[in-house]
Amino acid sequence: MLLLAVFLLYPLVGSFRLSLLDWNGLGTGARYVGLANWMHLSHDAVFWKALRNNLLLAVFSVLIQLPIALVLAVMLDKAGRGSRVLKLLYFLPLLMSSVAIGVLFKNVYDPNFGPLDVALRAIGLDSLAQDWLGDPRFSLASTIAVICWQNIPFYMILFLAGLSSFPAELGEAARLDGASESTIFWRIKLPHLQGTIRTAMLLAVLGSLRYFDLVFVMTGGGPEHASELMATYMYNKVFSSFQLGYGSTIASAMFLIVALVAAATMRATQRYSQKV
Amino acid sequence: MIALRIREHALAKRGVSYMLALVWLAVTTLPFLFIIVTSFKSQEESFSSSVWDLPQRIDLSQYESVLHGAFFVYLRNSFFVVGLSVLLIVLLSSMAAYAFARLDFPFGKTLFGLVVAAMIVPIHATLVPIYLLIRNIGLYDTAFALVGPYVAFGLPISIFILTEFMRQIPRELEEAACLDGCGPLKIFWRIYFPLSTPGLATVAIYNAVALWNEFIFAYVLTSTPAHRTLPLAIWDFQGQYTSNVPGMLAVVTMTSLPLIAVYAFGQERVIKGMMAGSLKG
Repeated sequence: MLLLAVFLLYPLVGSFRLSLLDWNGLGTGARYVGLANWMHLSHDAVFWKALRNNLLLAVFSVLIQLPIALVLAVMLDKAGRGSRVLKLLYFLPLLMSSVAIGVLFKNVYDPNFGPLDVALRAIGLDSLAQDWLGDPRFSLASTIAVICWQNIPFYMILFLAGLSSFPAELGEAARLDGASESTIFWRIKLPHLQGTIRTAMLLAVLGSLRYFDLVFVMTGGGPEHASELMATYMYNKVFSSFQLGYGSTIASAMFLIVALVAAATMRATQRYSQKV
Repeated sequence: MIALRIREHALAKRGVSYMLALVWLAVTTLPFLFIIVTSFKSQEESFSSSVWDLPQRIDLSQYESVLHGAFFVYLRNSFFVVGLSVLLIVLLSSMAAYAFARLDFPFGKTLFGLVVAAMIVPIHATLVPIYLLIRNIGLYDTAFALVGPYVAFGLPISIFILTEFMRQIPRELEEAACLDGCGPLKIFWRIYFPLSTPGLATVAIYNAVALWNEFIFAYVLTSTPAHRTLPLAIWDFQGQYTSNVPGMLAVVTMTSLPLIAVYAFGQERVIKGMMAGSLKG
């Protein structure tokens, strides 16, 4: 409990305290500025852009990761035992650190030597070859694609666990009654997975709002803040421009947003599951 | 006739799911293929030949130089930091879980609520204050700098999992095992701790995987290779040799291998452990 207090509670309170200061982090130059940082934050276009990127990431995480993961899980579930090797290979991205994945895809996306652009040029699609991470038009989409690559296996296994708890007799009974495979899936299996899907959505949204690692490794939030997230913006303010006070304001805002969204979603799903 | 059509339909469907399986297999494994093929090329070859060509000659010099560098220092630090943190997490969270599950104490429910709430804290929001704290207490750039925050981040979810687990251990076992009555500490060590082994394993695996790959706190709280963990081996290498692509990918391979090896041996266990994270939130 003491450890929790020291490393979770204290930093959270500390963050709010720091957010009221104008401080470069060195020595005693700290100056109390009241709510000035918070005022500044509310007009900070970069912060709003970062928040928008976080929300985009959340939307695409739910819309891309979950359906693909669900389809893969259903397929693996049907394949049964023969899918062991497939499962092993599908799972690999989850075992790599974000730095490893980030460095890997930085090379994959490389406009001169990267396999992606080389392949595009080889099949005559030169015009599609891009500077995927260096071009502000593509950097956010490119990083989101890698985040999906990293996380889909997680949701796949989550859904697979949900499916494996599906009683086989239920499917048998429905089949005997003449239900087609697709009816069984949409009418029986999917409702059975409802709880798992809700958990997955909650995890995807909360994870997206506080995302940091891959974006930091691949683009650092750039170019021109095109792929900036709240967490990377906070980092850049504190450790690159040494605005500890303002960086802490961003951190506190991020915490408040995540807590609000979490509370709202949990209340909503609770009410929903009570209704059902 | 109808039966035939149904069979055709089923075949077509099966074809679609095979296609999907293959497409996703390609999406997942091609990057790995790229890593392996390129890391066996010499630096000159990686510039002169197409990335899709196999190496003309297996060149092990990248791996040699990685192994002769500081790789083992990073590896040792990772083992130390992750090992100590996981040990502390398992010990502390099992004790706390026992208290939450079986002992009545004032504010127990409130405290447990706080622990659950702590699971949603975005850890990056705590980065700056922790950085200042670690610097002020003189632990900056030591292996111990990471243990405190790591244990604190691992505790909430671990306590949550283990409390659920211990609540399912029947109370009668306490009475049966300790007829003459033992104190809470003895009950914990003799009954709840050993009976929770599956839960403890889950907690240990979940935290070990997460901490083994942790990056940003390790990056901010340490500064010299002598005290840094494996994920930073990649980062430091990248910073030093920006254009040595085969070398970089050799480091990526070497740092990812330990976990992949563990996973290959204990697939089901590892999956189960990592799924513990789905309880988050």
